[in-house]
Amino acid sequence: MEDIKDIVLEYVKEEYLEDEDEELTYETPLISGGIVDSFSMVSLKRFLETKYSISIPDEKATPEAFDSVSKIAVLVREIAG
Amino acid sequence: MSNIGSYEERLAGFDWSLSEKELGYIPGDRINIGWYCTDRICQMGMADKPALIWEGLGGSGRTYTFNDIRLAANTIGHYLQGLGVKDQDRVCLFLDKIPELYLGFLGILKIGAIAQPLFSAFGDESLLVRLENAETSVIITQRKHVSKVRKIRDQLPQLRHIIIVDYDGRKPLQERELAFSLDEAAPVEEFEVFPTEAESPSVLHYTSGTTGMPKGVQHVHYSLIAQYLTAKWVLDLQDDDIYWCTADPGWVTGTSYGIIGPWGLGVTQCVLDSGFSAEAWYRFIEKHRVTVWYSAPTAIRSLMRAGEEIVKQHDLSSLRHLASVGEPLNSEAVIWSERVFGKPFHDTYWQTETGAMMIANYPGMKVKPGSMGRPFPGITGVVLDPNSHEPIAEAGKVGLIAFKPGWPAMMRTYWNNEATYQAKFVNNWYLSGDRASIDNEGYFWFVGRDDDVINTAGHLVSPFEVESALLEHEAVAESAVVSKPDEVNMEVVKAFVMLNPGFEPDAEQELRIMNFIRKKLSPLAMPQEIEYVDSLPKTRSGKIMRRLLHAQEWGEEIGDTSTLEDE
Repeated sequence: MEDIKDIVLEYVKEEYLEDEDEELTYETPLISGGIVDSFSMVSLKRFLETKYSISIPDEKATPEAFDSVSKIAVLVREIAG
Repeated sequence: MSNIGSYEERLAGFDWSLSEKELGYIPGDRINIGWYCTDRICQMGMADKPALIWEGLGGSGRTYTFNDIRLAANTIGHYLQGLGVKDQDRVCLFLDKIPELYLGFLGILKIGAIAQPLFSAFGDESLLVRLENAETSVIITQRKHVSKVRKIRDQLPQLRHIIIVDYDGRKPLQERELAFSLDEAAPVEEFEVFPTEAESPSVLHYTSGTTGMPKGVQHVHYSLIAQYLTAKWVLDLQDDDIYWCTADPGWVTGTSYGIIGPWGLGVTQCVLDSGFSAEAWYRFIEKHRVTVWYSAPTAIRSLMRAGEEIVKQHDLSSLRHLASVGEPLNSEAVIWSERVFGKPFHDTYWQTETGAMMIANYPGMKVKPGSMGRPFPGITGVVLDPNSHEPIAEAGKVGLIAFKPGWPAMMRTYWNNEATYQAKFVNNWYLSGDRASIDNEGYFWFVGRDDDVINTAGHLVSPFEVESALLEHEAVAESAVVSKPDEVNMEVVKAFVMLNPGFEPDAEQELRIMNFIRKKLSPLAMPQEIEYVDSLPKTRSGKIMRRLLHAQEWGEEIGDTSTLEDE
């Protein structure tokens, strides 16, 4: 699980964080915090699907499920089984 | 009793002078939106009334009275003047929905300069073309966005100052950068507002077209006359309302009805500067006892998806009037809001170019779910035959939505692009670029765009701009960009891509291209799907036939293919 969290954290930092000084933790709100908007969520979802060879159903790809690195890791783990 | 009373009675003998009189404006006199939204309201005895209730991430918040926003606008205006900013200079606001965005907007207008708000999610390329076109001399931004400005500043010799409103001193300022803190600046009590007149330029909003680069829609201070009255009659804003416009002032709704309309009326408004979540939005309404809510169909459909259980967990009884803008509001959303909130969303139709609402559903008037409503009093709206450009009299027949020019908030030109502006008018009608029909009761029913522009979540995206940016990606040889249906956003961007030799058409490549466009243009412009193709349909003269790809995505008839090049 830590591994997934670290990979997602790095990816979000690299791809979505505009201010390099901004702190990002596993719990930082991504969607409600305005770091990842609903359109960008599509590319984040695509990253997870490609990286972990999974398919995230639309009904599970909610703003709440994507709202932190920790929550994303839970979702990935749940779908990957 | 609603402000408009009877729509039918308002139609009879309507004249915009009604709005002028209410605002105390005498034709030929000075008119400055910044002054009307602040000083005038204070002079009317509302200096201590809350103007802005702002809430940021994690519930941090601040309330500004009308006197506070008057002083803040003065202070920002004074600071800009000290930097040598003069009337009609373009000053860009590249900020999240933080107070400086709203207050800076008014400060810019108070000194007679032109406010150029740009959506803060824009990538560096989107920013560059808009600042280049406007020959912007100052940009006001914040730490988290300044890296995008740094990337392009060398290509912008006319950009004299980059003002950072939240500089924390941790890293040195760079070339042309200045730190400005509204909290630390000495408030400017006495300030001479620049004597702008009705036709003085005020706001420059950029919008996308089918071809060419984005167009700078230029408005004037006289637009206030329409924005004031439409906010009063359509949104039904009243003295004791708590109003929430969810739009970002990077787009026209966020300035016309997120600043000018409500504050011109002296109404308290709330701003929530955080990402979307149903829980956060309902909590915000409940906490601030929002009474009038102006939002967008995409947001409403997202709320619908979140379900009704979450609605029941909040006390939303303060809501008394709901309205929507940006894209057609589907009938399901209207019916849903009636069931869940006990009142329907009232759809409104207008554009960046129109500056103010043109067609709307009014308080007290029968709402036909799915309809755009009827033209605002004083607005002559028709649908035109696409060939003759004559008004269609027959009910239900689809034509081009057009308006008789001359309403107060009409754009005055496209910045540095008068020829394109002139092309918007035919037979003395302004052509909106949208298609609709009118029923036998005068209600308009939206059908779709009349061009290739993509309306995604209420924002226009130019396929040309996306295709141009795609070509800058090393893997892309050629592309065609169209819309595809989307349950929440109505339409999203889809790209058909031919790859250069040596690049694999796989998922990783797709993601790389998506992210490239997201960062270069904006998340809105990012293709949500990329389909790899070996060839693109073209005319014999080599022009890509987007129409065929669009038809394929929407399951429509392909139509005439006689000009398609041979295989």
